[in-house]
Amino acid sequence: MTRSFDPKQNYEASKQAIGYVARKDATQADYDRIGFMSGLEVHQQLKTERKLFCNCPAGIYHDHDDYHAEIIRHMRPTLSELGEYDGTALMEFKTRKEIVYRINNETACTYEVDDTPPFPVDRQALEISIVISLLSKLNIVGEVHVTRKQYLDGSIPTGFQRTAIIGVEGEIALRNKKIRLIQLSLEEDSCREISDVGHVRVYKTDRLGMPLIETVTYPDMVNPDEVREACDYIRFLNRSTGLVRTGIGAGRQDVNVSCRGGHRVEIKGVAHTQWIPELTHNEAFRQWALLNVREELKKRVAEPANWKCRVEEIPFGTFSFPCDDIKEANARGEKLYAVNLPHFQGLLSFFTQPGKCLADEYSDRLKVIACIEKPNMVTSEDLNPLIANDDIERIREITQAGTQDAQIIFWGPDEDIETAIDVITERSEMLFDGIPPETRKSFEDGTTIFERVLPGADRMYPDTDTAPIPLADKYIEELRKRIPEDISDRIQQMAEWGIPEDTYTFILSKNLYPVMQSIIQQLDYSPRFTGTFFGHFLKSVVGKYKKSDDFSFNRLYDLFRFLKEEKLDPEIARLMLPLWYQHPKMDFESLLTQLKFKRYTAEEIEEKVPFLKEKYAAVGRSDDPGTMRKWVMGQLRPVALGNMNLRELAEKV
Amino acid sequence: MNEDIFQGYKGEALTLLQRFNVRVWGQAEVETTRGSFKGTILPRSENDDDTHIVMKIITGYNIGVDTRTITDMKETGYKKANYKIPEKQFPVTPGLPSVKLFGTGGTIASRLDYRTGAVIPAFSPGELYGAVPELADICNLDTEKIFAVFSENMGPKQYVALAQAIGKEIESGIDGIVIGHGTDTLHHTGAALTFMCQNLPVPVVLVGSQRSSDRPSSDAALNLQHAMKAAGHSDIAEVMVCMFGPTSDEYGLLHKGTRVRKMHSSYRSTFRTIGDTPVAMISKKEITPIHKSYNKRRKDRNVEIYPYFADDVTMLYYYPGMKPDTLDLLVEAGYRGVIIVGTGLGHVNKELYPAIERAHAKGVHMYMTLQTIWGYVHMFVYDTGRDMMAKGIIPAGNMLPEVAWAKLSWILAQTNDPEEVKQMMLTPVNHEITEREPYNGYLVYQGGVPEVEDFVRKVHK
Repeated sequence: MTRSFDPKQNYEASKQAIGYVARKDATQADYDRIGFMSGLEVHQQLKTERKLFCNCPAGIYHDHDDYHAEIIRHMRPTLSELGEYDGTALMEFKTRKEIVYRINNETACTYEVDDTPPFPVDRQALEISIVISLLSKLNIVGEVHVTRKQYLDGSIPTGFQRTAIIGVEGEIALRNKKIRLIQLSLEEDSCREISDVGHVRVYKTDRLGMPLIETVTYPDMVNPDEVREACDYIRFLNRSTGLVRTGIGAGRQDVNVSCRGGHRVEIKGVAHTQWIPELTHNEAFRQWALLNVREELKKRVAEPANWKCRVEEIPFGTFSFPCDDIKEANARGEKLYAVNLPHFQGLLSFFTQPGKCLADEYSDRLKVIACIEKPNMVTSEDLNPLIANDDIERIREITQAGTQDAQIIFWGPDEDIETAIDVITERSEMLFDGIPPETRKSFEDGTTIFERVLPGADRMYPDTDTAPIPLADKYIEELRKRIPEDISDRIQQMAEWGIPEDTYTFILSKNLYPVMQSIIQQLDYSPRFTGTFFGHFLKSVVGKYKKSDDFSFNRLYDLFRFLKEEKLDPEIARLMLPLWYQHPKMDFESLLTQLKFKRYTAEEIEEKVPFLKEKYAAVGRSDDPGTMRKWVMGQLRPVALGNMNLRELAEKV
Repeated sequence: MNEDIFQGYKGEALTLLQRFNVRVWGQAEVETTRGSFKGTILPRSENDDDTHIVMKIITGYNIGVDTRTITDMKETGYKKANYKIPEKQFPVTPGLPSVKLFGTGGTIASRLDYRTGAVIPAFSPGELYGAVPELADICNLDTEKIFAVFSENMGPKQYVALAQAIGKEIESGIDGIVIGHGTDTLHHTGAALTFMCQNLPVPVVLVGSQRSSDRPSSDAALNLQHAMKAAGHSDIAEVMVCMFGPTSDEYGLLHKGTRVRKMHSSYRSTFRTIGDTPVAMISKKEITPIHKSYNKRRKDRNVEIYPYFADDVTMLYYYPGMKPDTLDLLVEAGYRGVIIVGTGLGHVNKELYPAIERAHAKGVHMYMTLQTIWGYVHMFVYDTGRDMMAKGIIPAGNMLPEVAWAKLSWILAQTNDPEEVKQMMLTPVNHEITEREPYNGYLVYQGGVPEVEDFVRKVHK
């Protein structure tokens, strides 16, 4: 039976059987069929001087090796306020990780390493979070309560994140629908991971404690593009205040996805919104695939409660194993085990994500929970088999496998074997239930891997170290004066101005709307010209040249005011900007000199036309007037640009 | 009745809850001028204002709602939280030592208290086993809650009760004793018990935690494991304090009760042996003695318990310009003993001399200790020192101020005879005065200095 079983063929067949379609071919009907559902948790760092609960400076980052001391901690699960243990907490405890924190004196004090209780919350951060909550149409709480949200992965040395709800129940308006918001919280950012190998995880504490807001939506999005649109909207909204940080890592999102009958799974730390569609698409289908596995298992196993796997230690020496990974494990003195999974044939190679199958779900968990580095297993159904059929046959004998069974062969250090067996057993049993609640780590190719068990509300605990902060009506009304207009209103205005839609993302993401608006309204430039200048030309400059730290987009107003005052045609800005972008300290006249620009009146330029026409008559190879005009314009362009409108000149030519 | 239903609420907030008939632990929908809020009504801390109602919203977070914005409230359900660490029978393993854990309160075992919004002591062996199951691999544990007070509320009555309980426990054959204790006055208790429980045949280990056990990164679990190991397995039969060595979760230190002091308000590694080295290092794996000699564990039960502690000994922390009436008033109030904490080698200003003479004449026992914490009182070096001795102040060697206070309190509960008191004060029970100070008994390294920075980078702090 085994010999005739082809894992690759099975993989493709299972992909077809569940009705997987690639994202580019997927329609709303496909998403409706699998019941795609998604919500967002958008994180945004705030632009503050100091950290949220101590007086360390915010926004300074260090290299991995730039540290002054290391501190070691272990995390233990504790009870929530309502007297429950959290599932993630217990899983993290199972992994028995030693957490090492690297501390740099410039960015970390005794608060970061939990050797000092918190200082009063940063008022600047509190105000920004209220401003953004108001803009998000949230109901502002009467009193801010700091809550401890447990994180036992070590990403925060206290073992919890101090976080506080600022507002609940708001909404944002996308193009075609409204998305409801659950809440917005103000919280301290976590450590940055340096490495995670075996039982040791290393973090650095520079980012730890920086003020961050998290905007959480309801799962109102029904297709991957909508998720991205909502995410962009929230990010643009945050940036429109000008009070948040930008740059790498300043904005990150967790994306919650499920399919019908599935479970909320959180894809963590998605750095770019353009990754969202592929990730959410694949996650919904991964769940759909797992639900199909469950249906298949139900057919095969009458009494899931009686289903048991058989575990046997496999002596390295008695097998020929050509696989290098197994040889290396042997050399490291590790143990090798085989697990027989009854009735699992065809399931380990069942499609889950593009290029991944069910077996990967096991391997991921072995790495995370049992701390066994990958590669940590092979199976009887590997898409690219690493062990010979003969060896598989021997293992099937040892584990007393039936013809419809599948086998996992894993290896690892002796002390991790027990946890590893638990992991494999547990993951198998979960298949009978459906989708395990997980957080998953994302990759650029749109696939994800298991990261942790999904935490629930049971990990909350009131922070006994901080007093509640009342928010009076008067204070909130003061802050309300600082909020800019809605992103949806800005989009509508740009549409009314006739600015092309493909410029909006760039304009909103860089928060260029306010400066663009002043140029249009105060300097009276054409909205369409200004919009495309910002959304197309400026974008290309940003992509092509290295920005000087002194450059600020807001100074574009000064540039256009200069051109207006000097009565220069704004097209000259296309020459000036790349240079100015790299050397923002140069004044505008110097830029023009550098560009060898000379001032001519329109008449002076137009006077040259007859001469050039004559010249063309002498050298031109075509009699076509269009070609002639092009040639003449080509000759005139360097002198005309900036001095007059080129289109008008072309007409005259 | 009302008190239970509206736990912690008062004034405006209480009136509102009563008016809308919404209870604490009730699920409620609240309409306000800022929009609507849904969640479970939580108790309110007594010291917080009366214009907010606390709710736990569905996502698990707590928020406060301003009563002045509330227009309507409706209770839609009720579910009271049951905060309980899973209690499991502590298993008995033949061959493991029997350890008794005395609970006195403090952060070593604590839980949330809604009344104050802070953590309050909680304690039971089953709870401890539920929270730190590793303890069962170290010893067979029995626990007794002697009292539940915060560290700062420990005092003479508690010391006496503890000493008597220790005596009883040793007589009934225990292998070691652990005392869970808040950290603030852990070293006061350590000193008091050293004097009250002499000739110990088994270890008596005081332990606490700097981060309450309701936090994932708490030092409580590791401290407890270390303390149980020290009590059950070490051969050091002394009163010791067992707390973190470095702030990292690496090893603990066993300090003599008479030489230890809390040196930082919040660091985990706050307890340091002063003027000497700790007795031993301790990890989950091993106990490594640092001292060459110490009182060894014995099979007999010949412990000597002296459960005495006077409450009329005080401490006077000197500052420049201190006026004589500060001492006069203490004497007038009836204090029989004064531990003076002097500057430098043990000095106070001349202005105090008449008051010192008056106190001495009234038979008040006065001993000199140091604000410098480290070092010996040397009253022969300067005239002022000699003057003071002539006026009746006795130098207490390198006894720590808190230890001197505990010792004089213990002595004055037994005798008032100046000579006898002096003789007892200056005869060490267990290293409260040492003959020599080793070069590594004073190590307060200065951060920023290159070689120190180098050390700190390499060695876990």
